[in-house]
This record gives sequence, structure tokens and C-alpha cells, in this order.
Amino acid sequence: MIRIYVSSVIEASADTVWSRIRDFNGLPSWHPAIADSRIENQQPSDRVGCVRHFHTHDGGMIRERLLALSDFDFTCTYEILESPMGVDHYVATLKLTPVTDGGRCFAEWSAEFECAEGRERELVDLIGGGVFQGGFDALKRHFSRR
Amino acid sequence: MLQKLVRSTIIDAPIERVWAVLRDFNSHDQWHTVIKESRIEAGQSSTQVGCVRAFTLQDGSFIREQLLTLDDAQYKSTYCIVESTVPLQRYVATVTLKPVTDGRRTFWHWESTFATPPGRERELRDMVAQGVYEAGFENLRRHLMQGGDLRAPGTAPMPRALPQSCRRVVVSGYGGPEVLAVQDGEVQAPGPGEVRIRQRAIGVNFFDVYLRRGWIPEMLALPGTPGMEAAGTVLDVGEGVTGVMPGDRVACMTAAPGAYASVRNVPADQVVRLPAAVDDDVAAALLLKGVTADYLLRDLGRVQPGARWLVHAAAGGVGLLLCAWARHLGARVVGTVSSEDKARLAREHGCEHVIVTPNYRFAAEVRQHFGDGADVIVDGLGDAARRENFEALAPCGHWISLGQASGALQAVSPDWLVQKSATFSRPVAFAYVPTRAKLAERAERVWGALANGTLKLPPIERHSLEAAARAHERLESRRTTGALVLVA
Repeated sequence: MIRIYVSSVIEASADTVWSRIRDFNGLPSWHPAIADSRIENQQPSDRVGCVRHFHTHDGGMIRERLLALSDFDFTCTYEILESPMGVDHYVATLKLTPVTDGGRCFAEWSAEFECAEGRERELVDLIGGGVFQGGFDALKRHFSRR
Repeated sequence: MLQKLVRSTIIDAPIERVWAVLRDFNSHDQWHTVIKESRIEAGQSSTQVGCVRAFTLQDGSFIREQLLTLDDAQYKSTYCIVESTVPLQRYVATVTLKPVTDGRRTFWHWESTFATPPGRERELRDMVAQGVYEAGFENLRRHLMQGGDLRAPGTAPMPRALPQSCRRVVVSGYGGPEVLAVQDGEVQAPGPGEVRIRQRAIGVNFFDVYLRRGWIPEMLALPGTPGMEAAGTVLDVGEGVTGVMPGDRVACMTAAPGAYASVRNVPADQVVRLPAAVDDDVAAALLLKGVTADYLLRDLGRVQPGARWLVHAAAGGVGLLLCAWARHLGARVVGTVSSEDKARLAREHGCEHVIVTPNYRFAAEVRQHFGDGADVIVDGLGDAARRENFEALAPCGHWISLGQASGALQAVSPDWLVQKSATFSRPVAFAYVPTRAKLAERAERVWGALANGTLKLPPIERHSLEAAARAHERLESRRTTGALVLVA
């Protein structure tokens, strides 16, 4: 089992950041690596069990199922159903925690998965560096501009 | 009653360094100014779970606390008060550190639960929150950094009246979706009567496809940027502009294309301010489509209770709005769609009868359902459905040609129309919003209908600006439902 953990501090309240990222269908609106997204079968994007179907800018197609969503804990957990990355049993959680001194929040993005031997480093870099950190960097840019 | 207290902060030091101080249960008199003296009882180590520390505070109070948990893997320490001159009852506190991996900083979460004597809840909570936790954050920060502190990143205002860099989608040669390419560019300061907008969401309409294909070259000269509507925030305004200010959230629908861009100048009279309840992507998805539904129903189609409407592409952006709104206003609505999935969605939005037809055959079924045909046809199909539409039209019916997805409509001759005493219209939305007041009036009706539930929010499919080509592919594939937006 491989674990990835990436965390960051975003200069906006957890409420504000959450409203930007909670939409399970909203990745293209904040994550620079994602080109498009739709929810399959016309389900609402906050119904647990719904599947988002999206493409990355390099053309990869990924399908992910929403496993848990909590507006109270600012937490979203999902699993990969289909992707070109070659990962198995991939479950990830994105979580915000308010930082009480100052209008900012602590953001954590973690994942556990299995993969073919020898690919661990490459996948940790791709997912942790590209996807998770790339997303946080975009949020930090977005909220520092305001 | 137990109350729960949480305080947290970010310390600008690596977690190992912060933890080295906090895991030592006997360190507080070295860094926390509220603690005068600290010692561990019975000669135990300060990392021994179960050990008790005896504090004397600066104000003379005395507190004994016991270490309950020390977890170096989770950077966590839990402790409770066993005896105190301060009346904190059943006090259990937890310190947790987490690494901020993108900057070698540390998130410090300090929480506790406790009870107090009646009437002293607020006083004691403030004492712990401010006097112990918040002061502790500051003290440790000073202790570690010796005066270094956390600076909020620069919040410099947007440059005004200077060119602003932007990304825009440019069509260099007419053709398929692949001709849409993103380029970096600059947007000059807004001219007189103009508003410069940082666009965050851009509506995608079938009209954009016509422009890209080169069907209306007089509207999109090469190289050109398509797009008729967007929403975002006003950066600055040109001379003579009133009614909108920098920072306002706005949506615009413009008579000239150019919306597929992150920053854009638009005439102020084509801009409306957005209510807080309407998000950028909702506004971009619905402004042009909602205004279209509004003028079709109120002005051009003059919808009446019992009127029979045939709406093509009933699960599309305009179609869903028309179904719900026409139904609300008492009309009967038959829709056509290309798949069962879309039929379900159209029904959910108020379409009373849906015809699933992948090949533009519907006239017989419309006449079967409506008797002698439809009083009003809203036609986005174009030439492939030309004859079927005429056959589906009731006597004295009104055929409104809104679009021509299947191909440019051949001439509709007066001699043909006379057979049914029919009216034929070929409207352009922008003619129905000649002034900002008119645009605002129609937009308000759309947002109002959305707020009171008359209109349901259609599904919104989002694409990034760089993926505009894919958005067009999806729209032309006839596989989408609802609205598409580009996010910039």
C-alpha cells in the first residue's frame, strides 16, 4: 500500500475555499490539470455514489466515484474507477481544517493505493506533485490575488 | 456542561523542530510566558506517559497536569488537569501537529473540553483560549524564530489602467473543433464606455460553433475569438461608465463575439450585475439561454395558457429552460431529443411529452399528441428537419428558427407558408436587449425564476479554456445535456 500526503496553507477561510472545491464536478474550474468534467447519469454532483468523468489536459480519461462528502468537516473522499495511471484500490481524501488565527485554512490531500512494483516513485511524483500540489498551488494563486 | 475549545495556527518552522519543544511535557516555563515554573513530579522523565507536571503561573495559580498520550508518529500529546486553583473541571486537552508539506511549516491544532462553575463559562474560556493557547502560539513562535513571524502574502491591488495579460481562444482558420487554440495576449485598459472584466466562466453556445465553422464570416473575421457570454468580476471601467464598479460581480452578453478569454473589454450596456445567489458558472451558463427563453415566451411566442409548443433539443440549454418556463406559464410542451437519457431530463424539467428521435422524424407524433399540430415551434435543428417542422405546424402556427444545427435552412418561401397561414421568425437575441435596462430586466426574471424554483438549474458541464475544442466536440456530438461552460 502506497500512501501520499500533501498539505498546504491557503490564505482564505475554510468556508471560502470549500465553496470553490466542494463541487465534485468542478475540477476544471480550479485545478489546472483538468480539462473537462461531467457527472454520469445526470446525478447531482453532491450525491454520494455519483461518478465524475473527466479528462486531463494531456488527454487522459479518469472516472472517480464520490465515497463521502461532509460540509461539516470540509472533507471529500473518492475512489478511482478507471484511469490511465495504473493504480489499484485508490482512495483519496481532500480535507480542509480552519486555522483559527487569521482567515486561512490548512488543506490536506492524501491517497492510498497499490501499483506495480517499481512504479511507486513515479506515481508518488505524479499524484503528489502534479495532481495534489498542483491543485493546492492553483488555490494559493487564486486566493492570494484577491 | 462541557465546552469545547479549538485554537490553531501555522508556525513557520519544520514540524520536527516544533514537536521537539512541545513533546517535552516540562518545557513550558522556557517559552510560555504565562508559566513561571514547571517541574515533573516524582523524578520521572517528561516523556513518560502518566507523569505529572506541576505548574506555577505568573499570577500565582497552581496547576497539576498529567500526560495521557504521547504519540511521536502522529505528533500528538494529550493531557488532563488533575488539580488546579483555577476552576477548570474535567479538563482534557490535545495538541496535534501536522506538517505543511509545501513549505516546511507546521499546522498546530490545540483543543480541549472542560466544564466550569456556572456563570464563569465565558471568562474561563477566554482565559484558556487567549491567555494559554493564543499566547502560547505567539510565545513559541518568538521562542523558535526569535522575532521572525508569518507574513501574509502580498495583497497588492490589481494594476489599474494598464494592459492586463490574458489567455484567449483564437480561431485562425475556419473548421472543426481542432481550430480552437489558446494564445496568450493582452487586454488594453477599457476605453470610454467599456468595462474590463476578469472572466471566470464563459458560456458555450451552438452559435459559437457556427462562427468557428465560418458560416458567419462577417461576425468572426480571422483571427478571431468566439463566445457571446461570460461572467466574472469587473477589474476597471472606462470613462463615462456608470452603474458598475471595480469588484462588482457581473455577467455580459455581447453582440460581438470574443468571450472565450480570461480578461475582456465589453461595452458597459451589455453588462449586468449579478445577485450574490447566482454563481459565475451559473450566470455564464444561463444568461444568453435564459434571455432567449424569456423573449421567446414573452415577446415573440406570446405564450398563452393552453398554447401548444414544440421545443426541439428539449434537453439542451435553451430547451430545458423553455420546457419548465412554458409549462409554468400554462402552455403544453412537446419536446424532441435524441436519446432516452435526455428524454428523462426533459420530463424532469416539465416537458409533458417527449419524442425520442435520432433522425428528425417527429411530425406525425406531434400531430397525434396536439391534434392538428403545434402553435409554436422553437427550431434549432435547421435544414434536416425543414419539412417535418412544416408538417408539425398547426394552422396559423408560428415557426421560430432559432438555430440550424443540422445545416443552414433553405429559403422558406411565402408561398409555402401561406398553405398554413403560418408565421416564420428568424430572431437574434441581441435585438431583444437593446439597452442595459432591458438586459437587466430580462436577466432579473431569469434569476428570479431560478430562485423561486420555476426554473431548475440544468446540469452544467465544465471545461477549462484550454479544452474549448473538447467542449465544442461534446456540444456537436449531441451527447450533452444542459449547459456547457469554459472556466478561465
